[in-house]
Amino acid sequence: MKSSKISILNRKKKAMDLPLGYNVTINIIIALFCLSCVIPFLFIIIISFTDEMFIIENGYTFFPKVLSLNAYRYISEAGSQLFQSYGITIFTTVAGTMLSLIVIGFYSYAISRKEFKFRKFFTFMCFFTMLFNGGMVPTYIVMTQLLHLKDTIWALILPLMVNAWFILILKTYFTMTVPDSLIDSARIDGAGEFRTFFQIVIPISLPGFATIALFNTLNYWNDWFQSLLYITDPSLTTLQYLLMKIENNMEFMINNASNLGGGESYLLLQNIPRSTTKMAMVVLCTGPIILAYPFFQRFFIKGLTVGAIKG
Amino acid sequence: MINKIKRNMLKRQIPLLIMILPGALWLLIYNYIPMLGVVIGFKDFKYSRKGFFHALFSSEWVGFDNFKFLFHTRDAFLVTKNTLLYNLSFIILGTIIAVVFAIALSRLRNQRLAKLYQTGIFLPYFMSWVVVSYFLNVFLNPEYGYLNNILISMGSDPINWYTEAEYWPGFLIFMGIWKNTGYSAVIYLATIAGIDKGYYEAAMLDGASEWQQIKHITIPSIVPLIIVLTLLSIGRIFNADFGLFYQLPKNSGPLYPVTNVLDTYIYRALKYTGDIGMSAAAGLYQAVVGCMLILISNRLVTRIDSEKALF
Repeated sequence: MKSSKISILNRKKKAMDLPLGYNVTINIIIALFCLSCVIPFLFIIIISFTDEMFIIENGYTFFPKVLSLNAYRYISEAGSQLFQSYGITIFTTVAGTMLSLIVIGFYSYAISRKEFKFRKFFTFMCFFTMLFNGGMVPTYIVMTQLLHLKDTIWALILPLMVNAWFILILKTYFTMTVPDSLIDSARIDGAGEFRTFFQIVIPISLPGFATIALFNTLNYWNDWFQSLLYITDPSLTTLQYLLMKIENNMEFMINNASNLGGGESYLLLQNIPRSTTKMAMVVLCTGPIILAYPFFQRFFIKGLTVGAIKG
Repeated sequence: MINKIKRNMLKRQIPLLIMILPGALWLLIYNYIPMLGVVIGFKDFKYSRKGFFHALFSSEWVGFDNFKFLFHTRDAFLVTKNTLLYNLSFIILGTIIAVVFAIALSRLRNQRLAKLYQTGIFLPYFMSWVVVSYFLNVFLNPEYGYLNNILISMGSDPINWYTEAEYWPGFLIFMGIWKNTGYSAVIYLATIAGIDKGYYEAAMLDGASEWQQIKHITIPSIVPLIIVLTLLSIGRIFNADFGLFYQLPKNSGPLYPVTNVLDTYIYRALKYTGDIGMSAAAGLYQAVVGCMLILISNRLVTRIDSEKALF
């Protein structure tokens, strides 16, 4: 009896042991992939602090010999466009996420109520859009010719606002977490649908809403496609679109610095540390996402399990 | 009495209808009206001053001319081929890498290290393609890029990466997988974490090796998820990731043969050549084939695991 117990323990120990070679190889492969994910951003930070002349002579290096703050100094002097773009991006992200949560929340709640007579119709109306869509061209024409939203802030907010996938996820979430009896008892106490929704359904379903909010925030912050289609007005340029524009056309940063005279902006253009300023702009535009990343990541993983209820 | 109940029921519908209204309007404007717009593909579409609907009705019918024009050029075949081949390699390679990483991460002895790796690998998912194109550019830039620095220091000639098409399939496949592996790995990891620990304990008592445990417990438990996710991606195989193919090659003409996919083709036809009819025809072709693929793959998913099906 005793010996068999020992042999089980021994065997257990043996089975637990990883083949050393396997463990090391896998570790190295994952570590390399992981490095490839982190290094480009670090590289861009390093370049943004490198001296422009040093780059012109030596190219981009991980260990520059001459450091400089010129890029950031330059942006703080001439980069009024950056602040404008920050404003636009923050506004579209916050307003878009809020609107989206309300519209999606209402829609999902309504189609999750069993007593709603048109439930099937509206569920299908939402669902069908996942199968078939008119595509980019008709949407573009509707946006520009029917709604006349070209070069308005709505062109950045409305197209990303609703998503059939989010509606169905949230609907499933409601049916699983909000018991019918709770809603019935609220009704007996005299609460209307709106009051029930805001005071009972939302507090119970916060994790579901948080997931949708995170996806929305990321979508709005990182969006450049709507700008590419609909925006030409520099004052409506988002951060991502600004990064796209300065890639080929550094002047974009300055042309719109409204209060500069012609001579002054010419001087600024002359002394522009081009490549380092671009990289500094990338750092400044991506900063908030990187700072929020640890928080984001944790909730995203939780959220994925919410989404995993369906899909 | 019955009338009163009926009236009460009706009264209940009104708040729900109000709730559904904003979302339904959105779906109508952004999905259903553009669906009407698919007729643009059969018309010689001209903008009209009298508005969208006037333009839609007054443009001349041209039957299948737009489609004939589209399929007469070599472009249609080329962009279809590119779209399919890139997506196919993302499905195959992307799935294998994500599954291997997820299993390896779950098996690492040092789970704190595993969390660290996961954080790193997930990071690119949070970056926009605009930012990723800067990441790639610091390595590929013909003047200062890191790769050319290395080539020069080894005594070779620098390469103008943005005009040499032969390298780009590799770059694009790598970058596509690089950005999305974190997301898929996290999904698989969540499923692996949900496997009953009892199975592993029993296997260890029976002396199963690490590899045997993976082969007979871990992999069989995630196979249904792999199949479902793969079928869903096959349903979307006609839709390319616009940002990947538009941002990374920086719109470089010599690269079009290997970087032009359906989505970028439609966009360029709309914005640059202004051939609205043909671009709508291409969009309709994409939407119809895509819809059929989704229906087919969903039917297959239903057979495997009806809970995971879209409908």
